[in-house]
Amino acid sequence: MLIAAIYAVIFVAAYFAVKAFTSMREARHDFTSLKTVTFGDESAVRPNRAASIISVVSIFLIWGAFTGSSITPIHVPGPFLGETEFTYTAENAAGERDDATVRVIVRPVGQDVELPEGDGGGGGFALDDSVAVGGGRSSLIQTGENDAGADEDGFRVVAVNGVALEPEVGEVDIGDGSVTLSRRGTVRFTPYAGWQMEKIWLPAPEDVWVRLVEIARDGYRDFTLAEHLGYSLFRVLAGFALGALVGIPLGYAMGLSNWFRGWFDPIVEFMRPVPPLALIPLVIIWFGIDESGKIFLLFLAALWIMTIAARAGVSGVNISKIHAAYSLGASKSQIMRHVIIPNSLPEIFTGARVAMGVCWGTVVAAELVAAEQGAGQMIVAASKFQLTDIVIMGIILIGIIGYGIDMLMRWAERILVPWKGKG
Amino acid sequence: MTGLVLDKISMRFDLPDGGAVQALKDITLNIKEGELMSVLGPSGCGKTTLLNILAGFLAPTEGTIELNGHYVTGPDAERGMVFQKGALFEWMSVRHNVDFGPRMKGMAKRERDEITDHLLEVVGLQEFKEKAVYELSGGMQQRVALARCLANDPDVILMDEPLGALDALTREKMQGLVLKLWKETGKTIILITHSVEEALLLGERLLVMAPRPGRIHKEYQLPFAEHGVDADLRDVKKTDLFGETRDEILSMIWDMEEEIMGRTEGAA
Repeated sequence: MLIAAIYAVIFVAAYFAVKAFTSMREARHDFTSLKTVTFGDESAVRPNRAASIISVVSIFLIWGAFTGSSITPIHVPGPFLGETEFTYTAENAAGERDDATVRVIVRPVGQDVELPEGDGGGGGFALDDSVAVGGGRSSLIQTGENDAGADEDGFRVVAVNGVALEPEVGEVDIGDGSVTLSRRGTVRFTPYAGWQMEKIWLPAPEDVWVRLVEIARDGYRDFTLAEHLGYSLFRVLAGFALGALVGIPLGYAMGLSNWFRGWFDPIVEFMRPVPPLALIPLVIIWFGIDESGKIFLLFLAALWIMTIAARAGVSGVNISKIHAAYSLGASKSQIMRHVIIPNSLPEIFTGARVAMGVCWGTVVAAELVAAEQGAGQMIVAASKFQLTDIVIMGIILIGIIGYGIDMLMRWAERILVPWKGKG
Repeated sequence: MTGLVLDKISMRFDLPDGGAVQALKDITLNIKEGELMSVLGPSGCGKTTLLNILAGFLAPTEGTIELNGHYVTGPDAERGMVFQKGALFEWMSVRHNVDFGPRMKGMAKRERDEITDHLLEVVGLQEFKEKAVYELSGGMQQRVALARCLANDPDVILMDEPLGALDALTREKMQGLVLKLWKETGKTIILITHSVEEALLLGERLLVMAPRPGRIHKEYQLPFAEHGVDADLRDVKKTDLFGETRDEILSMIWDMEEEIMGRTEGAA
């Protein structure tokens, strides 16, 4: 909630800041800038580059601020660390009361500190204690261990810093944390946790970067990073290539022949809405966790998309073009080669982009379930050891590669089918 | 016998709701070689169906078509076609659109290039030879379509509202070009149009068709095409005879449209 609120504030503040800044500069005078109606005119909506940059930067800033990262100057308050103390009041079996002080050293989790001297002072039957606890974690403090008569029935802690407490009832704020009594009457100290995330939930950006460098150099789980990603990419490319190899001719046949259309329509229409992920269990039963199983799964994922794209490409041919080609004396095979195939290429490219996206998503999911290497396997193995930095690194790499694939496909489309949408 | 001979062409097909449509009934025509004929009629009179039958894209239910002594049974390079729009191959350059027919026939490249260069000059597009067709304006694209059709040297050219999608000025220029090409090549041209003026200008012979069933309503022999070859088309349009004929045909088609409307309303 807090993060969402901060994000919204940055969003609005950046908007006004950028607006104020651009209004100071000379305005542009291209055609679109002269349009007075922009609300509802989609062509007049151009992405604000400053907004894109601020958006990405603010994600890293918020990430850094909540993880105590070194890349951000401002951090949300971290957990309390250091020394604090409180006084408890104990009542013994005879009904007498005595005070003693507890000195608490709150240390970073996983770090050892030496306990200071000074135990056992304070006089009376309740004696002073010194303990060390982990930052942000609540701990039980055995104050009675050194107190006289603590093992007798009726001995109990009744107050902290002069405020009365009952087991599981009441809470005393001592400034750096809070004290309660457990069900059995033991003192429980919870140091102030702060707003920062622990590494196990969300590591700092630089930790992820360091981990990336380390894994790029040393590999993870017997495979280098390049091998993990390479395996995933290889599976996608192999599955997609097979799917296209079968799907495109099948789609053409469905677009050109009644018999093929009738025969394959029910199969294609049935298989199309089945998410490839739903086939993973069956593929594992059939193929085990072999390479062939994953490639078969991706083949299925790409097949229907490519079939439908090729079919749409054929049915999208303007009948005038076909008629014109016949009247110009072209044979069926010439019409196929010079009219139908080039005319369907834009559709096929669109299908290929969708198919590559689906394949990339499917391969990661398939690797999550069963694989020895691959991007998905890497993050699922890391998650079992709570290596959150590897998980986040893997997610970012998967995103970047998916985006990269799409960019490549768009680029290829611009180069190879420049006539797209111009017919 | 040379020329295009239509013998009692009828076209009737069933509708999904059980009814039937008589699109054409007993069309008999004799089109001489080198004739320029325009076909006019209200929408739904079957003129596009007739053209598709001539091109060989549709088979008539009755009757036969003979071209230069053999029967027409399907599309063929002897009958070229120019469409209203969208029939160019946008993945090919202007040159490859124009030489598509010869290329498919396997003509040698030198010969092909000669034809292409010549035709692009005739239609005034020699500078656009290597351009992509989608970079051209609508009028230029129709010039390419004309050149592509001529490159194949067909006996008959069928035009389905070839200038229908153009603006008025471009259309006027293109009408001149069609006349010029007709005169220079001596091809038989059959042109379908919605515009009465265009039909008068681009028809030595003008066919007015009537709907339900599609049939020939009236035929004219007109002098305007012959005049228009050398004269300014606007001057041709200013003559009294042109005006009278135009008004006569307009009211004829108007009456047909009225009748259709009345009949539909009566049915409803």
